[in-house]
Amino acid sequence: MSALSRLTVTETRLFLREPIVVFFAVAFAPILLIVLGLIPSMREPVPELGGLRMIDIYLPIVVSMGIALFSLSGLSQLFASYREKGVLRRLRTTPVRPVVLIGAQLLMATIMSVLTMLVILAIGRLAFDVRLPGQLTAYLIAYLLVALAMFAIGLLVAALAPSSKSASAIGSLVFFPLIFFAGLWLPREAMSGTLRTISDLTPLGAGVQSLQDATAGQWPQPLHLAVLLAWTVVAGGLAARYFRWE
Amino acid sequence: MAIIEVDGLVKRYGGHTAVDGVSFAVEPGEIFGILGPNGAGKTTTVECIEGLRRADGGSIRVCGIDAQSGDGELRQVLGAQLQESELPDKLRVGEAMELYSSFYRDPADWRELIETLHLTGKLNAPFRKLSGGQKQRLSIALALVGNPRVAVLDEVTTGLDPQARRDAWDLIERIRDRGVTILLVTHFMEEAERLCDRLAVIDAGRLVALDTPAGLVARVDGRQRVRFRPSAPLEHAVLTALPEVSSVERAGSQLVVTGTGNLLLAVTTALAREQIVAGDLRVEQTTLDDAFVALTGRRIDATNSAGSEEI
Ligand SMILES: Nc1ncnc2c1ncn2[C@@H]1O[C@H](COP(=O)(O)OP(=O)(O)OP(=O)(O)O)[C@@H](O)[C@H]1O
Ligand SMILES: [Mg+2]
Repeated sequence: MSALSRLTVTETRLFLREPIVVFFAVAFAPILLIVLGLIPSMREPVPELGGLRMIDIYLPIVVSMGIALFSLSGLSQLFASYREKGVLRRLRTTPVRPVVLIGAQLLMATIMSVLTMLVILAIGRLAFDVRLPGQLTAYLIAYLLVALAMFAIGLLVAALAPSSKSASAIGSLVFFPLIFFAGLWLPREAMSGTLRTISDLTPLGAGVQSLQDATAGQWPQPLHLAVLLAWTVVAGGLAARYFRWE
Repeated sequence: MAIIEVDGLVKRYGGHTAVDGVSFAVEPGEIFGILGPNGAGKTTTVECIEGLRRADGGSIRVCGIDAQSGDGELRQVLGAQLQESELPDKLRVGEAMELYSSFYRDPADWRELIETLHLTGKLNAPFRKLSGGQKQRLSIALALVGNPRVAVLDEVTTGLDPQARRDAWDLIERIRDRGVTILLVTHFMEEAERLCDRLAVIDAGRLVALDTPAGLVARVDGRQRVRFRPSAPLEHAVLTALPEVSSVERAGSQLVVTGTGNLLLAVTTALAREQIVAGDLRVEQTTLDDAFVALTGRRIDATNSAGSEEI
């Protein structure tokens, strides 16, 4: 097996051996969807939403929250603790290049979070009759762009945090505003003009809208795709710039 | 041709010069030791050789590769065991070996390595659950899994009990017999004496001697120590008057007599004349320890004294 696939397999195994990390990164978002779906008013059609129900609106929010949890509670801490314990230093004495290690982490993160997304879509469809994405290709593209942007932010947090403890503190600090603008407490549909403009420029705000559009069978707006790409490039570039082995 | 060439290596941390113009060359097939007290700059030196640290001056070549150039080829030919590094807590021994062997072009048979290192029973044990000695052995195995031509071992036996330490020495000799050149950092005299073909003694960032262990001992040869517990109080003058004796010290209930020539005979004859019996009489040969004191003006460190050879 090549170093990349061997690293990906190993990292996935290690990930699955941490029940608490797995719970927050993978199980929490689907559970939240179930809890929300059990509230009767969430399943009532809302005339102002063109007949959509709140649960329809919340599904992409929950999907994007799954990605955010994965990158900000899983990925960033993992990297910071590897650095803290000298795991990265030890790897540096081997022929494996840092990009391969990061690539393996991202691959693992992508696979795990795509699985989470599929679980969320399945629960939504089977339990609460939420429709599946109308534009599947657009949905997948939007999903991957959100995932890349968030993973880049997670790696940036890992690069900047002095320790794994501070990585998790910074991670939560970043998580709450991002998930607010995704619409967890106040869906984008209910945001005022200014709030919504800010939301358009955040990775999860742009992401939720893109997923929403793709679900409705349309292509996401270029603005939102551009915002997601910009976050990926800027955060990813800074993460590479500030990456430290020790 | 030398397999490792270090020439005028300088490394500074801020204003502090940790390594100050160290030069040495290691021949293929050697076990080459770097010996020195805590903070001498041993780890810094080998980490520059491993390409982990950027030197501020001098040049380093390993198998002809510039170690500071970032050439990936260095990592194929050099296997490293770091003084401080861990693996992920839940990574299992077998998984670690499998993973690390996937990094190399021409890896060794990792199962055989694990066998040699007596870790076969621990294949499924997570790193966190290994004992200190098992962790050390695993890190030696990982350093060798790429079939390196040079293995750099930084204090592999620190923290091991005496038996585990002896096992590790046997192992290191067997690795050398497989044709691997070994650069061994240690601050155990006994280890250096037993294993190393040649030694670089480093103190405060400078190379103070480079010789075989026997060569280093020979520099201070002629000195011996006799240690005993006198059966009755004894005037030091009785002994210091002897031409063979250079000094007499009291160590608890014992006397330590240092001198040259036929020291033992001179001391026992003098004691017999005084009708004093020498209890627990021991002659201590000049050791590397003494050589180290002579070279640096101090003992390597306190923890080491228990390891000195006594007859
Ligand atoms: N990353 C660093 N930053 C600043 N100073 C350092 C760093 N690493 C080592 N030093 C200093 O450089 C000197 C040499 O350290 P080094 O680790 O090379 O010693 P050593 O001979 O390996 O000691 P030991 O036997 O304790 O392992 C010490 O004074 C140490 O405090
Ligand atoms: Mg050291």
